[in-house]
Amino acid sequence: MGVLRNLGLLLFLVVVMIGWVVLPWPGAALLALLVAAWLALTRRGRQSASVAVVGISTLRQRLGSSAVIVVGIAGVVGVLVALLSMAEGYAETLRKTGGLDTAIVMRGASASEVMSVMDRDSVTQVAQTAGIARDAKGEPLASPELVVAANLPIKGGTADDQGSVQLRGVGAQAWAVRPQVRIVEGRRFENGLRELIVGRGAARQFAGLVPGQEVRLGNQSWKVAGVFASGDALESEVWADAAVVADTYRRGSSRASVTVRLADPKDFAAFKTALEANPQLKVDVATTLDYFSKQSEGMTKVIRTVGMVVGSIMGIGALFGALNTMFAAVAARAREIATLRAIGFAGLPVVVAVMLETMLLALLGGVIGGFLAWGIFNGYQASTLAGGAVGKLDFELHVTPQLLWTGLKWALAIGFIGGLFPAMRAARMPVTAALREL
Amino acid sequence: MKYLHLVWAALFRRKTRTFLTLVSIIAAFLLFGLLDAVRASFEQAGQSANGAQRLQVGAKLSFIQALPSSLEAQIAQVPGVKDVTFANWFGGAYQDPHNQVFSFAVAPNYLDLYPEISVSGAEKKAFLATRSGALVGERLAQKFHWKVGDRIPMQSTIFPDREGNKNWTFDIVGILHSTDKKSGGFFDQMFLLNWKYFDDTTPYNQGQVGWYVTRVTDVKRTDAVAKAIDALSANSDHETRSQTEQAATANWLKQLADIGLIVSSIMGAVFFTLLLLAGNTMMQAVRERTSELAVMKTIGFSDVSMLAMVLAESVLLLLLGGVVGLGLATLLVPAIGAGSGGMLNLPTVGASSWALGAGLMVLFGVIVGAVPAASAMRLNIVDALRR
Amino acid sequence: MGSLIEIRDVSKLYLRGKQKVEVLHHIDLDIAEGDFLALMGPSGSGKTTLLNLIGGLDLPSAGSIVVGGQRIDQLGANALARWRASQVGFVFQFYNLMPTLSAQRNVELPLLLTKLSGVERRKRAAIALQLVGLADRATHKPTELSGGQQQRVSIARAIVSDPKLLVCDEPTGDLDRQSAEEVLTLLRALNRDHGKTILMVTHDPKAAEYANSTVELDKGTLVVREPA
Repeated sequence: MGVLRNLGLLLFLVVVMIGWVVLPWPGAALLALLVAAWLALTRRGRQSASVAVVGISTLRQRLGSSAVIVVGIAGVVGVLVALLSMAEGYAETLRKTGGLDTAIVMRGASASEVMSVMDRDSVTQVAQTAGIARDAKGEPLASPELVVAANLPIKGGTADDQGSVQLRGVGAQAWAVRPQVRIVEGRRFENGLRELIVGRGAARQFAGLVPGQEVRLGNQSWKVAGVFASGDALESEVWADAAVVADTYRRGSSRASVTVRLADPKDFAAFKTALEANPQLKVDVATTLDYFSKQSEGMTKVIRTVGMVVGSIMGIGALFGALNTMFAAVAARAREIATLRAIGFAGLPVVVAVMLETMLLALLGGVIGGFLAWGIFNGYQASTLAGGAVGKLDFELHVTPQLLWTGLKWALAIGFIGGLFPAMRAARMPVTAALREL
Repeated sequence: MKYLHLVWAALFRRKTRTFLTLVSIIAAFLLFGLLDAVRASFEQAGQSANGAQRLQVGAKLSFIQALPSSLEAQIAQVPGVKDVTFANWFGGAYQDPHNQVFSFAVAPNYLDLYPEISVSGAEKKAFLATRSGALVGERLAQKFHWKVGDRIPMQSTIFPDREGNKNWTFDIVGILHSTDKKSGGFFDQMFLLNWKYFDDTTPYNQGQVGWYVTRVTDVKRTDAVAKAIDALSANSDHETRSQTEQAATANWLKQLADIGLIVSSIMGAVFFTLLLLAGNTMMQAVRERTSELAVMKTIGFSDVSMLAMVLAESVLLLLLGGVVGLGLATLLVPAIGAGSGGMLNLPTVGASSWALGAGLMVLFGVIVGAVPAASAMRLNIVDALRR
Repeated sequence: MGSLIEIRDVSKLYLRGKQKVEVLHHIDLDIAEGDFLALMGPSGSGKTTLLNLIGGLDLPSAGSIVVGGQRIDQLGANALARWRASQVGFVFQFYNLMPTLSAQRNVELPLLLTKLSGVERRKRAAIALQLVGLADRATHKPTELSGGQQQRVSIARAIVSDPKLLVCDEPTGDLDRQSAEEVLTLLRALNRDHGKTILMVTHDPKAAEYANSTVELDKGTLVVREPA
């Protein structure tokens, strides 16, 4: 009988958890309202509420053990939200880099820009395909670009500490194709000269990227002309004239990709078909949004998985801490609970009251954890290997409301489970045995 | 330890409570085991006795630039250099451009500089004799179900053949085994092909070398040798940068993330909550036993011995949970690796993690038990008995 | 036989907040070796306090206490602990056994403070249990024993290191008639057959009958001594 009951309880728990996982926040708000209504309007509900109030009022006497639940859950939520915000910020930065109105064309079957090599002929043909927007002079807004890696000294390291930065050699139309890129310090590089402009993120990571200064690429000296900002992954790059880059890296006239601005975003499919139909070209076409979003997939998945695993293990720790505390609390108040039941309160109000108490503490923990994560990590600058690029991607951690809601969900779930079992025990405690201890 | 049974009995006085606390401790140290294994492997990557003898010589401009093959003879002449070999990044992918494979086109003597890679003599000979031969790391072969004698297609994401086709074909002639599991983890997943075959087949390489690897005669002089090698190409269009293998690896890993910081932060949060939890349990445990503690004192146990016994209890609690947690982590990692068929390769929990973990267990045991132990020590017999 | 215990001009006061409460006033008392003394008086008279002082659980505010030639009021906490371990055995009203240990282990407790080997300790504990008639309950935990049996285990624990003095605070206070008689008979036997000096606090005149002599305390001062 006891085994069946426990199995039934477990099943109930699994069902509730599954439902909870898929519940969006409006659903949860509705649920909360329903519960509040039940507490206020029904007889059993009012009983539960009064028992809960008594329990909560004695919380102050049990500050130590209550703190265990709150802090434990705050820790879980804090770490979970922090790690997920890393994944979020990373993916967002890459996502923002692309749009539906620009497309990138690379050699067929290339996993990323860096691996793609297109010869001059292919580049010209792509630029002349229909569907590309044109500027005032009737020139197609197409920027053939070369993407390579450059070794530069890392800021705060020794001269030998070098890191790799992605150097993009851009065509003349690059500015028109990517209007979000703007110079914030200094000026643009001059075509034909060994000059660079550096993204804000790159300037943060590497030493000496200050307008007016010179850096060494290999055995050649390049001048930093200015700093640009774009609010996306491009900020972690360093730009220069494609022809000069090709010369330095001995690439001749080949390029890695062509980025174009579409005449009409709705006609992307036609543009793609036109390119694929061309028998002389073997290229892959994608909107930049699509391309950059895909690049972030791998790393984002890794960070999210790490976050979930760490969060789960911490969650188990917090759960057992909550169980511990609530079992002790229930045992300590055995006499009160038995008295209530002797007076006439049914089992359900006792169960609900214990669970309300636990979930209230869990809610507090979740709010504190989320607040801490938001306060400490939102906007925090981080960088890691960029997906599909050869430099580091500079990005900001982003604690979104969605993430905070996820954290809160976890907190309440832990509170629910952590309160359920002690509550069941409280409800099933033999009344006479508990009273006899008086 | 004649007091052990006392401490043990006290610890398991309330079995449920102790069990629940133990699970939390186990969870904390399981996490610690997993994360510290990652941190330790990052720290130790590239550090090996064999690695200390090797210098990596690459283009100073960037790691994707190639170097001329004429440098080989020049480097061999530099005093302090015992051997020189070279390799090129092949950029291989199997069946899907996103299924990247760690593949290098290597010089005939490449394996001589990597004694930690073991391969049978016959297989090595077959590799040198077969133009399109390939040596495959053990785990890689397992992952794709390759056997010696298989003829497999492999794409290069970078280099096409003279017809512009990126599909290459290789004959698997041998399996590579890594003898140094700790720092040579990725040798198991390498794919080696003959440099000559590579250079002959693709028009894009033109006799260039991706990077050189040299072995020095005296590990204490690696810096001087590195400088001498770089001096060979100073002010040319192919300036080089030579570093020890350890420095090169550490450099690359630093780019990945500040793993140490992330791990420490997470574990800081985890252990903070753990200390609170276990501390609470110990406080409760001692508070419940004031009369028993008083009786021990009437029997003649000194105040200090009470302090010691409570501390022993909390340390034992942490040790029990910690050892099980770390043990779980140690067992789980290879299990995950095996279970995923070689897809997921997490670093294993090593001796350094265990040592650090043990130290933390004792330290936390003392911290958690400090206040309750002190109150047990200062317990006034008369007052306690009166309650 | 000479005096085992000499109490001279002993007073004890406690601080209750800002108030000083004198619980014992200028007590003078001699207890002969081998005596079985009952200490009686109404509640609040200070009998337990006096017992605690004689047993070395507390120190007097004034006066001297000599037990077996030793000035125990001058000993520090650690020295007192060592003294208690070898010289005194305690029996409490509520037994105060360790609930997590078996009867055997409970009795062995005081021997852990000696340098005896494990084998020796178990042997002596067995002898003590046999003496109190509970050899067959050696492996039982306190929860598996009746009140009277628990008290007898407690007595076994008190005598296992062969102290000269047994100090008992209301040993039969929590027992039914029959168990109380068993316990008191046991105490008397320990006194008569084994020469233990026993000091017993009780409010039950029937229990006091088992003792050789009685002393009464009232509001902190000795009132009656009989027989002299």
